[in-house]
Amino acid sequence: MSRRRVLAIVRKELRDYRRNRYTLWTMAIIPAIFLAQPLVYILNLPATAAVPLAHRHELLYMLAIPALAPSLLAAASVVSERQLGTLEPLLSTPIRRRELLLGKALAPLLPSVVVSYAVYAIFVVIIELFAHPGVASALLQGPLIVAQVVFTPLLALWSIWVGIAISTRSSDIRAAQQLSVLGNLPLVALSTLISQGVIQASLRLAVGLGVALLIIDRFGWRLVAALFDRERLITGPR
Amino acid sequence: MALHEAGSQDALALSVRGLGKRFGERVAFRDLSFDIARGEVFGFLGPNGAGKTTTVRTLGTLIRPSAGSATVAGYALTPENGIEIRRRIAIMPETPGLYPRLTVAQNLECFADLYELSDPRRRIARALGAVRLSDRADDPCGALSKGLRQRVALARALLSDPQVLFLDEPTAGLDPVASREVGELIAGLGQSGVTIFLTTHRLEEAERLCDRVAILNTTLRSIGRPDELRERLFAKTLRISTLRPLPDPQAVFGELPAVAGWRQEAGGRYLLSISDPRVAAPAVTRALVAAGADVLSIAEAQHSLEDIYLELIEGEQETISP
Repeated sequence: MSRRRVLAIVRKELRDYRRNRYTLWTMAIIPAIFLAQPLVYILNLPATAAVPLAHRHELLYMLAIPALAPSLLAAASVVSERQLGTLEPLLSTPIRRRELLLGKALAPLLPSVVVSYAVYAIFVVIIELFAHPGVASALLQGPLIVAQVVFTPLLALWSIWVGIAISTRSSDIRAAQQLSVLGNLPLVALSTLISQGVIQASLRLAVGLGVALLIIDRFGWRLVAALFDRERLITGPR
Repeated sequence: MALHEAGSQDALALSVRGLGKRFGERVAFRDLSFDIARGEVFGFLGPNGAGKTTTVRTLGTLIRPSAGSATVAGYALTPENGIEIRRRIAIMPETPGLYPRLTVAQNLECFADLYELSDPRRRIARALGAVRLSDRADDPCGALSKGLRQRVALARALLSDPQVLFLDEPTAGLDPVASREVGELIAGLGQSGVTIFLTTHRLEEAERLCDRVAILNTTLRSIGRPDELRERLFAKTLRISTLRPLPDPQAVFGELPAVAGWRQEAGGRYLLSISDPRVAAPAVTRALVAAGADVLSIAEAQHSLEDIYLELIEGEQETISP
């Protein structure tokens, strides 16, 4: 495994994101939607809402951001190289399949984790400053903030592997992105069900989910590497 | 038929034996056997769908062969050797394959890192200098003309100082000026000792740039230097032109031992089949003068690589057609 080759892919992807307005809008719009809607709701809650909120985990709803934000970028990662005709020169270098995929995964991981943390921080600050004090203290529970910090990269990486897996088997960017969003909806549903109290949040559940996501993320790399068929990607229709 | 020439393995950049590739039932190419010496510029010609690009991709380790074996830059063409082979070769595909939003220098920087080159800045500057693009290093690739993008792709291929450089239709789709510029760069590379495997449709380009050419149409049809192929395929001919038609051409040409046959093309133009132009041309000249002919020109008929190509490819299609 060559760190320099992995970083070459990461740097190239990040430079490309910076110059691509579509990418920047995509990265910004999903978190903005997830920020605005609950803020409007929470800022209008009366002090009496504090008691029921203390027994729920509304903030876990924000975990949908890392589950969705990187999926569009990841879904375009391989198929866009095919469409640009850049995959053939890329694969004719000494880069290994797993190095390429790791670079492709780390590139969207970094901005999506940063954006997710930043949006969450903005959310917390606004609630602290403008929500009713009782509502704010009911919402901002220490374990929930820790869960957000821990689960954000794990969920983002899951979302990225789903996106790249679809990208390696697809010949159309839009189709890959739509499938990728669909593929990540179960994660959004899970975080929503926990935040609404349908699935009861507990330390045991958190540890179980954390370990499962760690294993899936590690296994995802191998699985996507197995799906990455160099010959089909080079000779298949663009 | 397997066509190949003997050569020392050490002196060979590429050695191919019975190589073939099929996609399901479709045969891309089969039974390829040839050697390419280090420093040779080797032209690979053939019609669309002949298997040229698939051959490049196979030798470049991008796809696996279905049959046969090969040695590329001293390494056996096996999946285990893929990385070692790719360290020693470079492929310039038909489309430049550049990242349009990145600058020229950033495109090259990415590939310098992928090859783990030492002193990448110097290597990039040298590669851009070689394709005369030093002043465009900070331009986004998407803003460049097609000819300039091809030159950037060539610079990218040169970054790692490859032992074998595969150029797949490097001048396809370029206007004559851009095509000539890229051709000149390839000619310069050929003189610098890099082994070049050039696929092209442009036969005059192959004739100008290549030491040897191979003509492929799924299987190898012929291989050799262009002049060898000419000798192999075409009888030598003299083209005669006189001011007026000869009254009795049989009396002039028919008695000459150096002339195997003749035919009148039109008016005072005659085509003579000969075995050796150095013997036939003076004898024919003397006979024409003795016959009182007003000679306008006597020249050996030249067959271009295009004639050779058409003879091999079209002749084959006529044979195949019902």
